[in-house]
Amino acid sequence: MTMLVDLVDIFRSKNAGPFQITFDLFFPDYASYDRVLASNVLTPERVAPLYGLDQVKVRMIPFRRIRAIKITIDRPGASSGSPGDRDVYGAQQHGPLLCLEVP
Amino acid sequence: MDELRILSLTGNLGYGYRLKSLHNGIAAQPHMIGSDNGSTDAGPYYLGSGDQLTKPFQVKRDLKPALIEARRLGVPLIVGSAGTAGGEPHLQVVLGILCEIARAESLHFRAAAIHAEIPKSLVRDALAGGRVSPLPGVPELSSETLDRTERIVGQMGTEPFEAALEGGAEVIIAGRSCDTAIYTAMPNQHGFDLGLAFHMAKIMECGAQCALPLAANDSILGTLRRDHFLVQPLDAGRTVTPESVAAHSMYEQGNPFEIVEPGGKVDLTAAEYDQVDPRTVRVSGSRWVPNSKYTVKLEGAALCGYATVAMAGSRDPAILANLPIIEQEARRMADGNLEGVLEPGSYSLNIRVYGRDAVLGPLEPKPQPLGHEVGLLLEAIAATQDEADVALALLRSSVLHCPFPGRKTTAGNLAFPFSPSDIRVGPVYEFSVYHLLDTEQPLELFPVEFFTV
Repeated sequence: MTMLVDLVDIFRSKNAGPFQITFDLFFPDYASYDRVLASNVLTPERVAPLYGLDQVKVRMIPFRRIRAIKITIDRPGASSGSPGDRDVYGAQQHGPLLCLEVP
Repeated sequence: MDELRILSLTGNLGYGYRLKSLHNGIAAQPHMIGSDNGSTDAGPYYLGSGDQLTKPFQVKRDLKPALIEARRLGVPLIVGSAGTAGGEPHLQVVLGILCEIARAESLHFRAAAIHAEIPKSLVRDALAGGRVSPLPGVPELSSETLDRTERIVGQMGTEPFEAALEGGAEVIIAGRSCDTAIYTAMPNQHGFDLGLAFHMAKIMECGAQCALPLAANDSILGTLRRDHFLVQPLDAGRTVTPESVAAHSMYEQGNPFEIVEPGGKVDLTAAEYDQVDPRTVRVSGSRWVPNSKYTVKLEGAALCGYATVAMAGSRDPAILANLPIIEQEARRMADGNLEGVLEPGSYSLNIRVYGRDAVLGPLEPKPQPLGHEVGLLLEAIAATQDEADVALALLRSSVLHCPFPGRKTTAGNLAFPFSPSDIRVGPVYEFSVYHLLDTEQPLELFPVEFFTV
């Protein structure tokens, strides 16, 4: 069993403004990059339920030149720093993606 | 002019940079020195309250050497998004620091302050005229939300900076700005390609964050030419690669292939990144796509109440096993004790369990305590600070003494690291406005005020 976290060099999570969070995954080689893309584990259909979101709130954009995949989601909970928020910078919201199994 | 050299001091004025990096940059004879000083990243508190994330001491430490060098070279020094949120109190604090340094160093120059607070009445009229639209993930703006908004700023584009430069400003301190506008105003004045200029600005505005090893707290040099630009970190111990620069182009951006600006966007789909020497990357192919509409991003913060918090730990296995019961029971006890004291619905109580699901909450895929101890963050938010204090005090004592099945540690469930245990957080805000304003006045919204130091 291979988990997504084992296939990436960098897995960063960050605000893209106070109402969205963006995840950048960087892969060490094209084999891992293509494997993850082909597996479809990062499609909006698969990612949206992990964050309790509608599919339309999730965008996945591959950036082949640098073996990167960007996923941008609407914030699933409160906006950055408002009452009830858990992560003002959005820097630790990648947890639900880390252990996705990649065939 | 074939080439424009721009020194970006640091990702946020106050985060620091190496003096050696500044001096390396000065040796390259830059045409301007710039620094961003703001962001929404640290949350709505700064915009709402007028406070700054980078404290005056930090800003002074970073501004002073740069100001001295800029005046010695006779090139403009430009600071954008002054004082974190770029509202009027934020701008005034940074202007005060500028004048203090100038006085102490006997520096004399022509300066410009650019204001970025947007009057509520202007937003209200625009809202009525259908010229305010939400950004992705943001609700429509209502006039009720506008009423309770404390302060609104607009992110200025290059136009006010250009007006300040044309007016002879040698130092510009601007309120809330597009990070890129700080570095694109001068290139635009000299007719450089806007796609390249904005792309270079986007990479430079975070300091050496695009370098290896990365550092938002260090300086970088951008060299803009007619058909490409060069990026080079100014600390000899750092480098850049095509990958590190391309990767930074997508940092904190929803889409890796476009940079949205008030008057259009930069299309990065054809951008090329090449290594020209071991520490320099050349970028070309970024394309400016103008938009028929000019839109200014508005940011506003509204007061939600006042918070008081307490932190504590638990390392008793029975407590860890019964946390859901304790949370539920303690809330019930606190609510009961607050009956007749605070209006139900006028306050909220939160318990966050670090070591279990504090970071992800209901999204946590493994919602079990992982170790032999957990940290609890107790939080009360109410309409006044005194009310938050009372609510938190009752929540704290309720968790401390909460009964649960199999309890053996009957003297207390919590280990408090501090006395006093309760910490007043102060006012709590939310981003109530994060919308685009259609406008035909990119300049008039941001008054430029000239003065002599």
